[in-house]
Amino acid sequence: MNTGGIKERATSYDIPGGEPPLIRLENIGMIYKIGDISYEALKGINLIVENGEFVSIMGASGSGKSTIMNILGCLDRPTAGKYFLEGKDVSNLTSDELAEIRNKKIGFVFQGFNLIQRLSIVENVELPLYYAGMYSKEATEMAMEALKLVDLAGTENKFPNQISGGEQQRVAIARAVVNNAPIIMADEPTGNLDSVRGADVMRFFKKINEERGATIILVSHDKNIADYGKRLITVKDGIIISSAVIESQSMV
Amino acid sequence: MPKRVKFAFFLDLKSAYKTLLRNKIRSLLTILGIIIGVGSVIATVSIGQGASEAIQSTINSMGSNMLIILPGSSSLGGVRTGFGILPTLTLNDAYAIRKLPAVKTDSGNLGMAQQVIWRGNNWSTFIMGASSTFPEIRDWPVAKGTFFTHQQVVSAANVAVIGNTAATELFGLINPIGHIILIHNVPFTVIGILSVKGFNAFGQDQDDTVVIPITTMQEKIAGTTWVHAIAVSAKSKEDTVIAQSEITALLRQRHHIPLHKPNDFFVRNLTEIAQAANSSANTFTILLASIAAVSLLVGGIGIMNIMLVSVTERTKEIGIRLAVGAKKKDILKQFLIESSVLSLFGGILGIAAGIGISNSISAFSPLKTIVTTEPIIISLVFSLCVGIFFGFYPAFKASRMNPVEALRYE
Ligand SMILES: Nc1ncnc2c1ncn2[C@@H]1O[C@H](COP(=O)(O)OP(=O)(O)OP(=O)(O)O)[C@@H](O)[C@H]1O
Ligand SMILES: [Mg+2]
Repeated sequence: MNTGGIKERATSYDIPGGEPPLIRLENIGMIYKIGDISYEALKGINLIVENGEFVSIMGASGSGKSTIMNILGCLDRPTAGKYFLEGKDVSNLTSDELAEIRNKKIGFVFQGFNLIQRLSIVENVELPLYYAGMYSKEATEMAMEALKLVDLAGTENKFPNQISGGEQQRVAIARAVVNNAPIIMADEPTGNLDSVRGADVMRFFKKINEERGATIILVSHDKNIADYGKRLITVKDGIIISSAVIESQSMV
Repeated sequence: MPKRVKFAFFLDLKSAYKTLLRNKIRSLLTILGIIIGVGSVIATVSIGQGASEAIQSTINSMGSNMLIILPGSSSLGGVRTGFGILPTLTLNDAYAIRKLPAVKTDSGNLGMAQQVIWRGNNWSTFIMGASSTFPEIRDWPVAKGTFFTHQQVVSAANVAVIGNTAATELFGLINPIGHIILIHNVPFTVIGILSVKGFNAFGQDQDDTVVIPITTMQEKIAGTTWVHAIAVSAKSKEDTVIAQSEITALLRQRHHIPLHKPNDFFVRNLTEIAQAANSSANTFTILLASIAAVSLLVGGIGIMNIMLVSVTERTKEIGIRLAVGAKKKDILKQFLIESSVLSLFGGILGIAAGIGISNSISAFSPLKTIVTTEPIIISLVFSLCVGIFFGFYPAFKASRMNPVEALRYE
């Protein structure tokens, strides 16, 4: 286990004239208010993620992992700090502008699969394309392509309750990649699956990262799952306490 | 691009339709209010249309631009008396009225029920004394034979023109023309048969009658010099009002009524009566239709209620849609289309129900209802508006959801 240097690596961003990093969090803070009580879930997060990385985030329950993911995924706005996505400040955009970013740049995979039960598998996968203004054959073809990528060709006309949990999560992966989003966010994607199906699902994250060059940010409680990544970030009480390269890739 | 937008709208409609079909019973119950509302609007309007059509045709069957002059006074020594009671009108009044410029023609009428006998048969019918102008004023030509002439009226000839029912009752299949009938023991030669007029709005058989010259009626049957009524046909619709004032002035002069005394006759304008009847039928229709419209509103509230439930139930789905990039307007549109499809479907079922009710009323009652296109179009537009109006708040609520919170909803 490598808990190496806490210091962030030097990035191309630091080199004058270089490309900005894909993701850059600057002193991100998040305060939740419930009535009169406010709770500081994030206390100054600094993070840089480069294009093509596979980052795993670990930390105790309640440490703020999901909160970070929601901000990174443009589902939520931080209450302090700045978030630069491809060099552009997105910390103060309107909800519709954030929706646009989610649609074009980010794919989500959640612990609970989050498929719409009323829609068929292929309709679920097509959903991001529908909101991108893409309809008909073109969209269906892209969805079928994405299903093929997760080895689910042939299930397109079934409904979510007709396939296994592992398969549902693979459908969710297909939905996340159908738009060719450069970033895939996965919050405990194997949390509802046994280790065999979990490994099955992780295979596809690795494939997407390696073959498509998508950047993957993954949250997991399970060290074995986190080890699919190339870098491990540890969160404790709303701050990042370590960031280290994962070397033990051989176990897969 | 417009083609794409059109296609997208079709997709939205399809998905709304599929969503609503998943919950058939609930959808049906939701639109029940709309169905009942639209159904009763269509049915009541068709009843109203049928009624005013019936009134119109009754008025038309009485003759056009008609005025009726009846004897009597609205107030006599403080006591109100009905018209037709005081014998104040004479045949000479009728002849004088005929000379007025706005009047085309007129007919003094005197009627009473009498036994009519032909050979062994006798039949109680309505004997009407009339002038030779009767067919013109009543718009009621003879079907066979001839009507009596002015000459025959002046000479008080014993001739009769009989209505179709009376003819059938007395003569059966025999041609009555040329036969002698007895009325009040006075012999009359049948010279014509009136064309079939049918029943009037009060359910009376207008063909159950015998028409004889007014003079003959006065002298040989009734034994009076009065007439019960004078029917006047004005030259045109506009002339009815002029004729009314001309007649009033003339009769006051002829009856020597001092300035401060009331008329001893009434002049009734049938066109006005028709319009009054029509407008009261319309008022009634509007009243019923607005009650029905209220139930449409109640139906709208039902839709709002169910849409609110549906939005809450589908919070997770909304979260998922937001996560993959749905904007506020996309969510708003999705739920608005759903509520509109719902209410429009209610409207269509309501129209079908309304037409069904209207047709069964026509089939099982004497009233012939009339379904016109306007209430159908108005109902459709109205139910669409109800869907959009009452669907807006739930859809708006859905579109304002926070994606993180919506996704966390179980
Ligand atoms: N909407 C919210 N309102 C109030 N407090 C919140 C909200 N969301 C999160 N929190 C709090 O912020 C802290 C961090 O929550 P978060 O969900 O990020 O933790 P986590 O690291 O993902 O935990 P877990 O591993 O259990 O999923 C927790 O203490 C949580 O109670
Ligand atoms: Mg979490």
